[in-house]
Amino acid sequence: MDERDLRGLIGRVKDGRLSRRAFVQRMVAVGLTAPMAGLMLAGNDVAMAADIRSGYKPTKAGGGGALKLLWWQAPTLINPHFAVGTKDQDASRIFYEPLAAWDPDGNLVPVLAASIPSKENGALAADGRSVVWTLKPGVKWHDGKPLTADDLVFTWEYARDPATAAVTAGSYKDCKVEKIDDLSVRVLFDKPTPYWCDAYVGIVGMVLPKHLFGPYSGAKSRDAPQNLAPVGTGPYRFVEFRPGDIVRGERNPDYHLPNRPYFDTVEMKGGGDAVSAARAVLQTGEYDYAWNMLIEDEVLKRLETGGKGRVDVVYGGKLEFLLLNATDPNVEVDGERASITTKHPAFSDPKVAQAINLLVDRKSIQTYIYGRTGKATANTVNGPERFVSKNTSFAFDPARANALLDEAGWKKGPDGIRAKDGKKLKLLFQTSINAPRQKTQAIIKQAAAKAGIEIELKSVTGSVFFSSDPANPDTCTHFYADMEMYAYSMTQADPAIWLLMYASWEVAQKANKWQGRNVVRWRNDAYDKAYNAAQSELDPVKRAALLIKCNDLAVSENVVPLIHRAEVSAVGAALTAPRSGWDNDLSFLPDWYKEA
Amino acid sequence: MAGSTLASPSDEAPALARAPASPGRETWRRFRRHRLAVASVGVLALLVAGVVFGGLLWPVAIDDIDFAAQLQGPSWDHPFGTDDLGQDLLARMIYGGRISLAVGFAAMAVASLIGVLVGALAGMSRRLLDPVLMWLTDLFLSLPQLPLLLLVIYLFRDSLKAVFGTQGGVFLMIVAVIGGLRWMPVARLVRAQFLSLREKEFVEAARSQGATTGHLVRRHILPNALGPVIVAASIEVSAAIIAESTLSFLGLGFPPDIPTWGRLLFDAKDHLDVAPHWALFPGGAIFLTVLSINFIGDGLRDALDPRRVL
Repeated sequence: MDERDLRGLIGRVKDGRLSRRAFVQRMVAVGLTAPMAGLMLAGNDVAMAADIRSGYKPTKAGGGGALKLLWWQAPTLINPHFAVGTKDQDASRIFYEPLAAWDPDGNLVPVLAASIPSKENGALAADGRSVVWTLKPGVKWHDGKPLTADDLVFTWEYARDPATAAVTAGSYKDCKVEKIDDLSVRVLFDKPTPYWCDAYVGIVGMVLPKHLFGPYSGAKSRDAPQNLAPVGTGPYRFVEFRPGDIVRGERNPDYHLPNRPYFDTVEMKGGGDAVSAARAVLQTGEYDYAWNMLIEDEVLKRLETGGKGRVDVVYGGKLEFLLLNATDPNVEVDGERASITTKHPAFSDPKVAQAINLLVDRKSIQTYIYGRTGKATANTVNGPERFVSKNTSFAFDPARANALLDEAGWKKGPDGIRAKDGKKLKLLFQTSINAPRQKTQAIIKQAAAKAGIEIELKSVTGSVFFSSDPANPDTCTHFYADMEMYAYSMTQADPAIWLLMYASWEVAQKANKWQGRNVVRWRNDAYDKAYNAAQSELDPVKRAALLIKCNDLAVSENVVPLIHRAEVSAVGAALTAPRSGWDNDLSFLPDWYKEA
Repeated sequence: MAGSTLASPSDEAPALARAPASPGRETWRRFRRHRLAVASVGVLALLVAGVVFGGLLWPVAIDDIDFAAQLQGPSWDHPFGTDDLGQDLLARMIYGGRISLAVGFAAMAVASLIGVLVGALAGMSRRLLDPVLMWLTDLFLSLPQLPLLLLVIYLFRDSLKAVFGTQGGVFLMIVAVIGGLRWMPVARLVRAQFLSLREKEFVEAARSQGATTGHLVRRHILPNALGPVIVAASIEVSAAIIAESTLSFLGLGFPPDIPTWGRLLFDAKDHLDVAPHWALFPGGAIFLTVLSINFIGDGLRDALDPRRVL
């Protein structure tokens, strides 16, 4: 058992999947004393681990007036299972709720569930093939009907039906749900599934009322009037929706959490752009909350000086990273460049990849570009804490990079550019058009020039770069360049799906119309083995250790993580708005209140 | 338009008692009358000299990142201030100015050349060529420019790069694309001028003396039609400078780290409130270039218009 294993264990205690007693027993078994084990827990915030809900102060529901939210992209429909993009998911979250939500540390918090399933309470089967969810008793839909297990079974049937064409289908298609009694269901998996908390949890988990959506399952799903006039269990009841403009709600007097919600009405206004939204909260105070502040920190700081609001930062799994192409983008094989039958002339040598890693000045990128909205990192998995590797590190060391390149046989020519076997070390570096990215490009290019690497920069407009058009060679998944940089979000508080990005069977190529997740086209047997082992490993500690190994393997060669980016919002000075980087911005909306 | 005025008063004006000067000298004499145009020549010469020789006087690297000197205003160390990476703006403007001005003038030359050629052919033709060429012009005018640009760039970017190198390839492509898509107004102007001029008495007179069509065009019609073309061409320079910055903005022009004036402006826009100098210098340079070229065009038109008394 090493430090990683320990951290995994402690993480389990933290999120309640391992009891304190079980942890102490395991520690004693490996030769530690019980008090020492207790200290380890205290030292890792377990003793003090605060429930995200415990900060709520109001003593009665209502009386808070209006809550005004500003989303600079407007929602266009309010059905969580059709939601395209966070704007629709967030609007749905005002009215609908899942069984459990992710807190900022990546732990589950029950919402409609009575408790979080665990092995200790018997809800989680030992073979990893089933989980029992039990509903909180007495929860009512906004129209007064009770919430029952039938609604859960219906939501599963609804979302998994290909005719419904729900965007959440992926979370429901590989499991089976059967009703046990009025308040509980059993979710069954074909094979042992360590990550059992996908269906019914967080963004994809919002439960729909069977009595209203029942007639509109399958092919008729888009005709349901409730797609535009939601009836859920959430803290606010539906009042008005104008697609592309505004969503209004009023307080749900029958809400299932005590003394909540605080506000009498809620309004989500859409439209505009990030800077004007930040202005409306931070400078003029017209709105209480604005979402997704994709603005340079310098600009936010200037707006904040007015004192009308503050910038709130929570970390989820969003990572800005640099990819070094494992294949040769300059050779065309069978109508496809960067084919996996080729090898990159420079990056196939791990020393060159390491040199590039040493030439990236992450500290400056963080300090001068991202400010409070990002942290320099050497890991591809940056949360939840129990999956974060402690074995990696980063440094900015041009001298060492030069030495590595010399060792690898890339000699400096008369023009200062390195070459080997007549091939010059000239690289094409592409990204999307976005001011912070162009600055990062400039910083990396300059450092590389000092090490004798010539980098040509290219920037592609975002709508092209991030499109999935198989005919367009400039998309990020085609990766017809030597290096590229972009950000990607891990949407679950579990790195299993995220880590598919480096699995050899996921390579993006012509055969799959460049839809594969592995854009860097790096392939490694050890990685594949560790990943597959993690997929069926039921012991969370061992599984975390395997996933950490995957992370370490990936970042040792062609993947260069740069900045762990935060989810940034503007919050009015009086508003207390707990949120989580692993869930919707509004996942803890019932707990929002204003200091009088 | 000049061509629509009837036989000009200069014909009747009493000849001044002066020895006939050579045409070049005569043009220069007439051009000098336009004070603003003369001043503009000075300004433009200064700008051109600045970007061509400025690098010798100010040998600072354009991409030296210095975080200690972010967003500084003008000072002795950085006469034009610095940008948000602490890079020296004067050095960047000198470097970028070469590209911006070269793109502007080259694209103008391409557009004017094609425009005059097409316009002249259409204007002189009395048969099928005129409508066909005008259909072509209309066709080009109605082409959606942006998708076409995308297409051209995707098709030819890599092959041009392979032959002429990154910057040379992009330069050629941008000049060809901007010039090739902006000749239509010039062609229409020239054709209109030709249609009116070719029926004028002096052209009839020349033709009656046996002048060939080529001679008529070169010696009689084209010089008289050039006034509006020169004005259009001077506007073309500014349009090309701005079009280049649009292309860079879309990621289709020069690489993002090549600081053309348009690119500098684009980068500066988010920091207008704290670092106005960043936008003012390239903006001012574009403004001065465009203004002086327009004045020079104005002066040239006056000087070259034989019907105007100066």
